[in-house]
Formats: sequence, C-alpha cells, structure tokens
Amino acid sequence: MIIGLNHFQVVSALLFGLGLLTIITRRNAVAVLMGVELVLNAGLVNLVAISRYQTGGLDGQIFALFGVVLAAAEAVVALAIVLQLFRARRSVDTIDVTDMRG
Amino acid sequence: MAGTTESLARFAPELVLSATILAILIVDLIARLQPKRPSLLSGVALVGLSAMAGALWLTPTGDTSLFTHLLAFDGLARYFKGFFILAAALGVLFGHLSDEISRSRLGEYYIQLLCLTLGLSLLASAQNLLMLYLALELVSLPSYVLSGFRWWDRRASEAALKYVVFGGAASGVMLYGFSLIYGITGTLQIDGVAAALTAAATGGQGIAGQLGLLMAVMLSLAGFGYKVAAVPFHMWCPDVYEGAPTTFVAFLSVAPKAAGFAALIRFFVVGFGQPAPGAAGFPWAEILGIIAIGTMTLGNVVAVTQDNVKRLLAYSSIAQAGYLIMALAVGTDEAIRAVMLYLGFYLLMNMGAFFGVQLAGGERLSAFRGMASRNATLAITMAIFLFSLTGIPPFAGFIGKFYLFAAVLSVGEPFFYALAIIGVLNSAISLYYYAKVVRVMFLDKAEEGDGVVEVSRPASALLLALAGPTLLFGVWWAPLADLIDKASSILR
Repeated sequence: MIIGLNHFQVVSALLFGLGLLTIITRRNAVAVLMGVELVLNAGLVNLVAISRYQTGGLDGQIFALFGVVLAAAEAVVALAIVLQLFRARRSVDTIDVTDMRG
Repeated sequence: MAGTTESLARFAPELVLSATILAILIVDLIARLQPKRPSLLSGVALVGLSAMAGALWLTPTGDTSLFTHLLAFDGLARYFKGFFILAAALGVLFGHLSDEISRSRLGEYYIQLLCLTLGLSLLASAQNLLMLYLALELVSLPSYVLSGFRWWDRRASEAALKYVVFGGAASGVMLYGFSLIYGITGTLQIDGVAAALTAAATGGQGIAGQLGLLMAVMLSLAGFGYKVAAVPFHMWCPDVYEGAPTTFVAFLSVAPKAAGFAALIRFFVVGFGQPAPGAAGFPWAEILGIIAIGTMTLGNVVAVTQDNVKRLLAYSSIAQAGYLIMALAVGTDEAIRAVMLYLGFYLLMNMGAFFGVQLAGGERLSAFRGMASRNATLAITMAIFLFSLTGIPPFAGFIGKFYLFAAVLSVGEPFFYALAIIGVLNSAISLYYYAKVVRVMFLDKAEEGDGVVEVSRPASALLLALAGPTLLFGVWWAPLADLIDKASSILR
C-alpha cells in the first residue's frame, strides 16, 4: 500500500476530532489546552501533506513552520494564565472557574 | 505589485509603530526611577502614534499589493489603519488617566497595546491566508495578556482563561479550515481563491468538492466569528468584558472587532464574492444573514436582563456586530461603505461608553443611581453615547444605522427585507436596556452613601471630546461619508 494524501487527511481529521472532543469534555484547564494543540496540529498536518502531494511548492510547509512557532507562543501565554489562575484560586479545574455567569 | 523598496515605503506606518514599541520598552527601562515616568511613557506612545499617522498620510496612494502579495495596500486598508491609530491613541489616553493600570506597569500596558495595534493593521491588510492567520494571532496574544493584566483579581484571571481557551480553539478551527481551502483551491492567496473557485464553477466541479468548500468556509468563519463576537462564537465576550480592566475593554470592544470586519470583508468579498458568482453555488449571503439574525437577537434579548453595566455593554456590542454582519451579508460596495461608516461612529460611542463606566467607579447599575446630580458631565455624555448606540436621531449612531439598513433594503429581495425588519425590531428592544441605564442616571435619586463622583479635568475633557463628534456626526456626517466614498477601494 502506498501512503498518499488521503491517509494524511484521515489522520488529520482524527486529530481534529479528538482535539475538539478533548476541549469539550475535559475539565482540567491544562488538558483543555492540550486539546487546542491537537486541533492546531491537525491543521498543520493537513497543510504539509497537501503541499507535498497536491499543490507542490513550499507554501503549505512554510505555513506549518509558522504555525508550530505560533502554537508554542500561544502555549506560553496560555500556561502563564493558567499559572496565575492557580495562584488566585488554588485550582485549575474549569468547573471552579465560574464567578461570572449570565 | 510593488517591489521590495516600494513595499517598504508603503509599509512605513507599521515600521514607525514597531520603532515606537521598542522606544517605549527602552524608555520604560531607562526612566525606571524617574517620578515622571508615566507621563514620559504616554508621551512617547502618543508621539509614536502621531508619527504613524503622519507616515500613513505621506505614503503614496494608489492601490497595490506589498511583499509579493502578502499585504494589500488599498483604500480599505488605509481607512482601517487610520481607525486603529485613533483607537490606540484613545487607548493610551485611557490608560494614562485610568487608576486600574498601576503606574509602575504602564510601560508594559502600552507595549502590549501597541503590539496589538500592529497586529490589527496587518489583519486589515492581509491578502494571504498565512498573513491573515499570523496577524490574527498577533492580535489575540496581547489581548489574552491584557485581559488578565490585573492577575490578582479573581475575575480577571477567569476572564483571561476563558478568552485564551476560546481564542485558541477558534483559531485552531480556523487554521483547519484554511488548510482545507488550501487543499481545495491550491492557493493561499485570497484573490487566488476567487480565481480557483471561478475555474471550478465553470469546470463543473462535483458535489463532493462543493461540500468540502462549504465546510472549509464554515470552519474558517469560526476564527472571524470569535474576533467579532458573532453567535455562536460569542460565549467568551461577556465574561471577558466583565473581568478584564475596563480601560482595556474600551479598546477591545472596538478595534479588534473592526479588524475582524476588515478581514471578513476581504475574505468574503474578494475571495468568495463578486468574482465567482455565488461561489460554486453556495448561499453565502443567506448563511451570513442567519448568523446576523442570531447575533443581534441574542445580544439584545440577553442584554435586557443584565444589571451589570459592563456586561450589558458586552451584550450590546454583540448586538452591534449583528447589525454589521447583516450589511456584510449584502456584500455590495454600498454595504461595505456603510459598515466602514458605522464602525467609525461605533469607535466614538462605544469607547466613550466604556470610558464612562470606568470613571463612574462601579459597574453595577446601582453605581449609576442619580448620576445626574453626582456628576452632570459624566451623566450627560453617557446618555449621549447610549442613545447613539441605540440609533436615535440626532446622534451619529442613527446615521450609521440608516446607512446599514438602506444598504440591506436596496437589494430588494424578500430575504433581505426580512433581515432588515428583524434588525429594526432588535433596535427597538435595545432602546429598553440603553434607556434603563439613562433612567437610573437621571430619574432615580442618589441614595445615602452615593457621593459625588470625582472625575479629573483631563478625563472630563476626553469624555466631551468623544461626545462632541457623536453629536456632530449625527447632523453633519458628510465629511466622513465623503472620506469613505473616496477610500473604500478594495484590491481584488
């Protein structure tokens, strides 16, 4: 069997679905952020695979490189925020973070 | 297309802004022990923004695209850059006058705010999906940080967490959508998307490709929808507006929303609009119209029950986005000009309203009780901003809404008549909650313990400087409308 674009797209779709599932179902803020990373990487896998098998050129792969760096930057900011949240409340469980409603 | 040198010359405003960010960083470090450090920092920020405005004024006009088609340099981009400079200058002034931002961290605040502004100006001119994504993240990251700026405040850290989780998820979903668009059309250029779609439409593409395209665009909409706080991507909005420092919310509720609309205009009108009729047969106008109906109805209905004025204004800003998406669904040149005009007025009235809330020193409705007798200037200017947001003559908001509805009605199709009628009904609902705040300020008596609200003289002057044009544009809007007529060219 030759590995082609479809295989990568299936992997990417699975990653995307699992990422969304993680975001929706997990209660720990750090786990939710892991779900966000999965969703981001689903898009990046897609971009690289499409650029390799379909369009040619480097557009998609360069996009993926930028995407990796941005994902890291976003993780830095997000984890800093989670850390502050923990200092303020001694918990990172999203169920506890409900001062504001309505 | 401009070469590198010509591109750099037209990129001067952003270069000046980047230099300003670095200058603030350096001044903040050098002047650490100076007692006048806050004024010095505000001065550097304002001089830098003025220099950026000057650079924007001096750059050669004529539409072209910069840096091998990454950025568009057209009327739309120039108008929004001017818009962001004004919003950032107001943001700096609010920061300077605010007691929410501690004086020792003012430099930090300005650096984040101006980085955000840089991202906004790139977002409004991005012509390539990669650039669009980078600019969106450059806007998002400082927004997360500034929402949680008062990190010791429990509500601020909650706001920042909700914002970062929603924002991260939305931008990830958008990235997935972009990757599908790239796969379907084979290009990252927004204008290339249009060309590929036209070719596909004439080449008789199968239904599978069309469904894929529909899904790709709906996923991409998540990112834009979250930036402009459109239903169903609005959930972060009320909590973030309530928890984040009011000083920053004034900026957040206006500038990123405007940039989101600029990007939406470019994405839909250039990529999926006129060049590819119906874009392979999908009803984009109806999809956007339904989102608009949901957004304005939810915003207005939920705002009615709020007794926290910041939260009320958050739902009101969701509703305002709904009116704008309604015009965007039309997508004609007239509608785009109406969106630009309305955003111009929205800048004045919404920033003014949030600034007023910050000065009132409390965000509960009860903090505004008898405001007319406690601080007349604040009460009167707040009333002007709120009535203008409702869209009542003779305020600017009325003119803005008039243009929006006129653009929707001029299409002359049943769907758009229905859209306009729902919009008008929504405006009627909004009168109830805006007027509720005004009633509390003017008709309720101040009670025991409601002292005089002290507002410094510069802050009062700034309030009046925002309220004045809100009134003036309501009777004499021709200059701004003319400016937009001249400056609404879009590079296709």
